[in-house]
Amino acid sequence: MMREAFVDTTTELLAEQPRTALVLADISAASFAPAAGRHPDRVLNVGIREQLMLGVAGGLALTGLRPIVHSYAPFLVERAYEQIKLDLDHQGVSAVLVGIGGSYDRAESGRTHLSPADVALIDTLDDRWTVHVPGHADEVPALLRAAVDSDGPAYLRLSTLANDRARGGDGALTVVRDAGPGAPLLVAVGPVLDAALAAVADLGVTVAYTHRPRPFDVAGLRALAGAEVILVEPYLAGTSARVVGDALADRPHRLLALGVGRRELRRYGSADDHTRWHGLDAAGLRRSVSAFLAPGRG
Amino acid sequence: MDFKLQASGMTIMTASTATPGADPPCRPPSLPPQIAALLERIRAGREFGPNVYSTIDVLRVLYERVLRITPATVDAPDRDRFLLSKGHAVAGYYAVLAARGFVPADWLDDHGGPDSRLGDHPDRVLVPGVEIGSGSLGHGLGLGVGTALGLRAQGLTTPRVYVLLGDAELDEGSNHEAIAYAGAIGLPNLTAVVVDNASASHGWAGGIAARFTVNGWSAATVDGRDHDALHAALTGQDGTRPHVVVAVVENGE
Repeated sequence: MMREAFVDTTTELLAEQPRTALVLADISAASFAPAAGRHPDRVLNVGIREQLMLGVAGGLALTGLRPIVHSYAPFLVERAYEQIKLDLDHQGVSAVLVGIGGSYDRAESGRTHLSPADVALIDTLDDRWTVHVPGHADEVPALLRAAVDSDGPAYLRLSTLANDRARGGDGALTVVRDAGPGAPLLVAVGPVLDAALAAVADLGVTVAYTHRPRPFDVAGLRALAGAEVILVEPYLAGTSARVVGDALADRPHRLLALGVGRRELRRYGSADDHTRWHGLDAAGLRRSVSAFLAPGRG
Repeated sequence: MDFKLQASGMTIMTASTATPGADPPCRPPSLPPQIAALLERIRAGREFGPNVYSTIDVLRVLYERVLRITPATVDAPDRDRFLLSKGHAVAGYYAVLAARGFVPADWLDDHGGPDSRLGDHPDRVLVPGVEIGSGSLGHGLGLGVGTALGLRAQGLTTPRVYVLLGDAELDEGSNHEAIAYAGAIGLPNLTAVVVDNASASHGWAGGIAARFTVNGWSAATVDGRDHDALHAALTGQDGTRPHVVVAVVENGE
């Protein structure tokens, strides 16, 4: 599980690097109790106070520490958005934000615990942000370590949804299935890869994977893309459409941007149910991709 | 005029009653010629809001008598920190920074210009000695709590962190997250200064200091024009918990 990988790696980082600090707002506090016992000055649980969580992170960074900030994505990114904008970016300091809950991991909890817009919101900030969307728990340790070691702002988006196996790499687009020159290119971000591979198994579509939508691998995209690009993201549909559009501005191309829809479904159920309802399961993706590639379209 | 002393926490400061109560609203306090001249350069013929004159005395006492920071130590890890949370109180702030040599005085003449480093709200990236960029109310105290914790985590127990807020700024709920948490953990190197010019739309029934003391802070409420009283209050920390100074001034908006 990604969350456990995050807890284990962060616990190691706190022991290895005196510069790291962890700021919590009750979420996962019990999992970090051993680390808090060893590093009481650097594991800080402010209670259910997300604005303060980010403000404290900004203050820690102003003194030279490297804060890791963690909660459910809606509370980390959406509730405290202005603190991210002002207490980190505007102060010229940064932190590593680690969100759990993904788009609809907590489907049974309803709208209050869903945050498909998290990456889109981060994408409104300074363009120095790195966004990591691991597709498997085993991808988490290296991504978290790289984010902490860098001095820039980073958002790690963890989910209970995952692919069958981890894929390494530095976030550059990696071809998982090659349909040859000129074939439509499907870019899968993080945990949607397995469904995307199944969806186009018998279609002539090249599939590339990334767990780092920001900065998006523009050079890799330009090298792989033909006239048709399909983007499959596990968060708000179209979040990376502008990046792809900018990257291919000098080429005639068509883009299909798939992801989580904007409409509030007002349904509980499971994460798998929501995957299906948003058309992000293999069958739904296949329907969308087939329609996009159907002869005569465009 | 008389100031109601709030017997808050363990600390009760004696406020001066010598200040005449006859100042009409918005009249500048008596200022030394250097500060007055610098303020005039920033003002450049415009009207200053009441916040400028309500804050200048606190700023002067902090920079002239309390803060261990000079233009040579703006990056020193063990410097005291001053965080201006009410970022609109900027004219007096810039004047004091210029008077103390943090910024060249001629920067004041181009306040808000396209190439100026000095805007209507301060930007820490642009102005030496400015610890935070502020303007949106309710951000300074959380940053101050984090700064105090960061210093503690690095074994820097000498420097103090001062955060200046306004009574109306306390309307923002983020302040109350910081007040409750700092009190709960007994953060001794944090001092909040609330300039109270009675500008909060709905007031603070029961007093401002009570918001802090109920959470375990020590508090002093003093005449915000009385430099000796301010100095005593601003250095009145007991070393075991966060401290608030409520500086009462008469210039309401």
